[in-house]
Amino acid sequence: MMTRLPEPAGLLLDRTEQVSFRFEGRQFQGYRGDTVASALAANDVSVLSRSFKYHRPRGIHSLSGLDANTLVQVGPAPNRFADREPLVPDLEVTGQNYWGTLRHDRLAVFGLLHRFFPVGFYYKAFYKPRWTWPLWAKMIRRIAGLGTVDTNAPHGYFDKQYLFCDVLVVGGGAAGLAAASQAAAAGAEVILVDENAALGGGLLYGRADAGGIRAEEERARLVGDVEGSDRISVMTETACLGRYADNWLPLVRGNRLYKLRTKALVVATGSLEQPLVFRNNDLPGVMLSSAAQRLIKLYGVKPGRRAVVATADDEGYGAALDLLDAGVEVAAVVDLRMDAPRTAMGDTLAARRVPVHAASAPWEAVAQRKGAGVARVRVARIEEDGVCAPSVDSFSCDLLVVSGGHAPAAALLRQAGAIFTYDSDRHATTVAELPSDVFAAGDVAGTSGLDAAMADGRRTGWQAAQAAGLDVGPEPAAPAEEEPAAAQAAWPIFAHPDHKAFVDLDEDVQVHDLEDAIAEGYDHVELLKRFTTNGMGPSQGRHSSLNAVRILARAKSRSVDETGVTTVRQPIVPVTMGHLAGRSFEPVRYTAMHFRHLEAGATMMPAGLWLRPEFYGDKARRQALIGEEAKNVRDNVGIIDVSTLGGLDVRGPDAAEFMNRMYTFAYLKQPVGRSRYVLMTDLGGVVVDDGVACRMHEDHFYVTATTSGVDNVYREMLWYNAQWRLKVDVTNVTAALAGVNIAGPNCRPVLETLCDDVDLSPEGFPYMGVREGHVAGIPTIFLRVGFVGELGYELHVPASQGEALWDALMEAGKNHGIRPFGVEAQRLLRLEKGHILIGQDTDGLTTPHEADMAWALAKKKPFHVGIRSVRMQAAKGLTRKLVGFEMPGVGVEQPKECHLVIRGGEITGRVTSVAYSPNLDKIVGLAYVAPDQSEPGTKIEIRVDGARMVNATVAKIPFFDPDGARQEL
Amino acid sequence: MAFGLLKYGLSRRRPVKRFLAARPELRPSYDVAIIGGGGHGLAAAYYLAARHGVRNVAVFDKGYLGGGNTGRNTAIIRSNYLTPEGVAFYEESMRLYRGLSEELDYNILYSERGHFTLAHSDSAMRTSRWRAEVNKHLGVDSEVVEREELARLVPLLNMSDEVRHPVLGALYHPPGAVARHDAVAWGYAGRAQELGVEIHQETEVTGIKIENGRVVGLETSRGPIACGKAMQAVAGLSGQVARLAGFTLPIRTVPLQACVSLPLKPFLDPIIVSGSLHVYISQSDRGELVMGGATDPYPRYQTSSTLDFMEGLMAHILELFPFMVDVPVLRQWAGMTDMTPDFAPVMGLTPVENYYIDSGWGTWGFKATPVCGTTMAEMIATGRVPELIKEFRLDRFRNFSLLGEKGAASVGH
Repeated sequence: MMTRLPEPAGLLLDRTEQVSFRFEGRQFQGYRGDTVASALAANDVSVLSRSFKYHRPRGIHSLSGLDANTLVQVGPAPNRFADREPLVPDLEVTGQNYWGTLRHDRLAVFGLLHRFFPVGFYYKAFYKPRWTWPLWAKMIRRIAGLGTVDTNAPHGYFDKQYLFCDVLVVGGGAAGLAAASQAAAAGAEVILVDENAALGGGLLYGRADAGGIRAEEERARLVGDVEGSDRISVMTETACLGRYADNWLPLVRGNRLYKLRTKALVVATGSLEQPLVFRNNDLPGVMLSSAAQRLIKLYGVKPGRRAVVATADDEGYGAALDLLDAGVEVAAVVDLRMDAPRTAMGDTLAARRVPVHAASAPWEAVAQRKGAGVARVRVARIEEDGVCAPSVDSFSCDLLVVSGGHAPAAALLRQAGAIFTYDSDRHATTVAELPSDVFAAGDVAGTSGLDAAMADGRRTGWQAAQAAGLDVGPEPAAPAEEEPAAAQAAWPIFAHPDHKAFVDLDEDVQVHDLEDAIAEGYDHVELLKRFTTNGMGPSQGRHSSLNAVRILARAKSRSVDETGVTTVRQPIVPVTMGHLAGRSFEPVRYTAMHFRHLEAGATMMPAGLWLRPEFYGDKARRQALIGEEAKNVRDNVGIIDVSTLGGLDVRGPDAAEFMNRMYTFAYLKQPVGRSRYVLMTDLGGVVVDDGVACRMHEDHFYVTATTSGVDNVYREMLWYNAQWRLKVDVTNVTAALAGVNIAGPNCRPVLETLCDDVDLSPEGFPYMGVREGHVAGIPTIFLRVGFVGELGYELHVPASQGEALWDALMEAGKNHGIRPFGVEAQRLLRLEKGHILIGQDTDGLTTPHEADMAWALAKKKPFHVGIRSVRMQAAKGLTRKLVGFEMPGVGVEQPKECHLVIRGGEITGRVTSVAYSPNLDKIVGLAYVAPDQSEPGTKIEIRVDGARMVNATVAKIPFFDPDGARQEL
Repeated sequence: MAFGLLKYGLSRRRPVKRFLAARPELRPSYDVAIIGGGGHGLAAAYYLAARHGVRNVAVFDKGYLGGGNTGRNTAIIRSNYLTPEGVAFYEESMRLYRGLSEELDYNILYSERGHFTLAHSDSAMRTSRWRAEVNKHLGVDSEVVEREELARLVPLLNMSDEVRHPVLGALYHPPGAVARHDAVAWGYAGRAQELGVEIHQETEVTGIKIENGRVVGLETSRGPIACGKAMQAVAGLSGQVARLAGFTLPIRTVPLQACVSLPLKPFLDPIIVSGSLHVYISQSDRGELVMGGATDPYPRYQTSSTLDFMEGLMAHILELFPFMVDVPVLRQWAGMTDMTPDFAPVMGLTPVENYYIDSGWGTWGFKATPVCGTTMAEMIATGRVPELIKEFRLDRFRNFSLLGEKGAASVGH
């Protein structure tokens, strides 16, 4: 029976504010400050969920999110730790993993049939005959998992923030508080993080002395020091998710992920109280001593009426006194140790007439006949490690408080590369080695007692400030004499012939499961974990790894250190995807003319990070509009936004030499005021990018690159330049410039009305020329190029004036039939001209020769990137070739891009580009074919959808205006 | 109730029967020494013994069984590759996988789930069609599905246009499957040992003895052994081990990370992959979401995790499945992938006589485990290179006969 205690119990509660919530459809009341678990405990609800494998009823065990017992569904959110979930009004909470009701779970039958579901049972059955497995798999899948995902859950708001400090202290207990104060006193900017609602750690609920007053006194003093320092920022209710390289630590508070970089890290995370392993150690009503103390002190809940306390160290004695003070009858204290030292607390207990059973263990907890909780505990004398005498004492109780000793909460330290060792005298894990910018303070470092923890905190705070590079004063005095750390019981594990002694509560792994797995040969610590799933559940081994390692070590007659540990991985505590994702910033790049496209009704399409107009106008008329846009370029004048093309400035005395090495063509003698095609190959001789290089001055090239390729080209240029050390500087000016291609027979008169400082005549500015001047008063680089095969100019202007340029051209072109065209029309126009698109008409292996680009290879130069490969491949001969093909405009099925070219049942190539050209009234395309199919006039067969074959004819490219007369007007 | 479990449950035998043998003492000499106790090495050992009667075989691993990429991958199995060589090879692997539980008498939990490679751009749609056409030509069940069909097949997928990378369609591969990766290693290990193969865990190979251009033995952390033939199958450490044998590989080692969620009631049956978003996700039989992304942006011989990876991956997954916002992530980890320039493996002969290599497995090694076993075993036993792996030969990098699987790699690299 659990009930609410009067004040002052319930440190975290605000009893002026009642909070109502629902659990399993029933209405309950709690207080502000409660967690879901504590509020349910106060209402005497002992069963919160069902276990993973056997569907056993489970309740509070650690009350600190260290076990899966309290995983509940909170609204749409699955797998929330009820002992971490703050109570807010109108929460809708349910238990998890049951079929029927939480009280009467039909799948609890698995518990009765447990002997037929041994460890790793799914590896041993269900696959003979083969066809049965999918049926079994379906059944297993139906009962797998814990919480339920609401597939209609709304995307809540999450964001992120960066933090920096000299010293980060994780853990606000005695050691952490002392460390923070000391580091701040030494001049460090400190951030102190604690996962709980109030600072103090164990001081909030633990018992530091027999009288039970010292903890609160020390806490008040330490917290006062911290709050009095203006160099310390305190973050409570903040979870540290882990430590990544270079002291990079994510913290979660509320709906924010903080990413913190600290110069020095003090880990003062304390220790994790470990369970005792015995039969039925998972019953509701069996809980850790720290859980019982938290219920009493923090949440004002009396955890039971009559208790038995079983402990592997001194911890249980304090808990027993706390229980007595809270009005709980303590039937007995069971101490596992063979030679427990005499303590003040022990004496006080004796004075209060609580019998202590030394060298004894809880052999078995017995469940209530009706209901799920514990009814009795059977206690026996320990004869040797894990073995008890046959005679037992039986105590009736509704609360069994256990303490199986402590393990350091070492996740952060282990992730930082700390090395731990198992002290086989004290039967405890202690830190042996730390990196230079990481410090361990207090219990996590193996100190014992409050004074030692505080002294350790002061020492590490000072050291951390020093490691952060601060000019610190003299080292604080060490405590006069460290108390010797007390030993824990050697062996807190008691297997039972009737089983159900759980090592891992999350995964329902029992002692004999581990023993069987070891006997089967899964006897490496990692194999044991993977085969039994011990430590793979929601608490990631925090309460189960140490005991599993002990069992393995004993079975193999090795020490715990020799047996090893499994890796502690991030995140230390589960974190929702929403926190990690944050607001999902992913840049979308708009060109300067973006909104003009939208105003003109463009359908936008992604092009790398950019958006580009696909075509303009009614989506239903897509194909017709693309044809019209293309035709207008051929007949009148069109403009297209080419701002997304990459732009690179190559400057310096060695600019021409640099270009000559990066690209396949020759650039040393390229005249100023002329542009030249560029083709880039990688080391393997594969075509990776193209564009044009404009020689602006002797020592300045302005080079274009493809939209999706420019970042890679830029990176390659920097990488090679770093090796070659030429006198060259390369700048990526893609985003600095906006660009427009104005093309078509009428484009010259349009431009002439806007430009008076460049001679636009064919003689003054020939094809492939480059000029600098002004358009509509805007400084402009003019490139005469012919990608679409018409008279045309690319105009590159400062991005800030791109929109003004667009507007001026549209206005000036009104009387000349100007019309914007999109990417699709451009693709059609260039296809008519047989120009390839890198990435579409080439793939990860295309060589210049295959792409029919041998003309772009300088014959005489000694080097360009990939030249050796290109030449060797050329010498080997071709295995495929890119050719043009055509088909009649009517009466045939148009292939799609990537349909295959088939000959005699074998693949000889594939279509890379294809479109119907209204201009030519036929289907034209590019395709790879076998070299002996590449002669114009060759018939090829293409397999289209539905495995039908269609005929096409290899054709000469360009399909349109083969002599280029139109672009050279 | 399956018969096997009944028998097990009613048996009083304790301790239970040993499945994996204890580590034996080193013997002075073996016919075949295999470096690497992951799936590939163990499978090769098993097939050497089972199919070729070569039983004097020792497998060496510096750690534990399947502790490298075998135990770190996301266990996806598919055959929808881009080159005829790749397709034929992975088809054979899937055929072996389908019968593997029976062959090994050990359930590897092989489950066909359907595999969708999402396309978010028209170039991705083109690559999808290319793969589908090559696949179909070679008899693999593979098809491009357009938006509407995809929405019907995977109704949970966010098909909105109001996202950064709208989904345009997918390459659908119905036989795409998942299996329990550890079980594959354990099954091969247990059965190989029954046939006489020795497995030496926690035994590092520190040197390779070569005389007259031919391998004659290994140095190990537990002493030297002699061997007639040797094979390396060490994934991310391929370059380092090859260096012990005196040759270099065109391989870069790049970390690849993955993570799982807490167990959830199953709601996601198919395997969803997005190359553009660098995402793959499936839900295991335990109910955990198994998630991975792109390889790390730099080469490194380390398996440490990064926060960066998790942030990017989750942002992308939430774009595909916005309702997963409250799903808690439990654990992340990393493996070391051995990447080749053409995204195809390196298998077969090496410059050292009788020394065989199985590497270049990058991010696609698990799905090839059985077929690597059969082909490597055949090659070691007969001395002839099987047809299926001829094109994966090491000297293709000298001869410019690369394979071009980049387009079929599941995620960006």
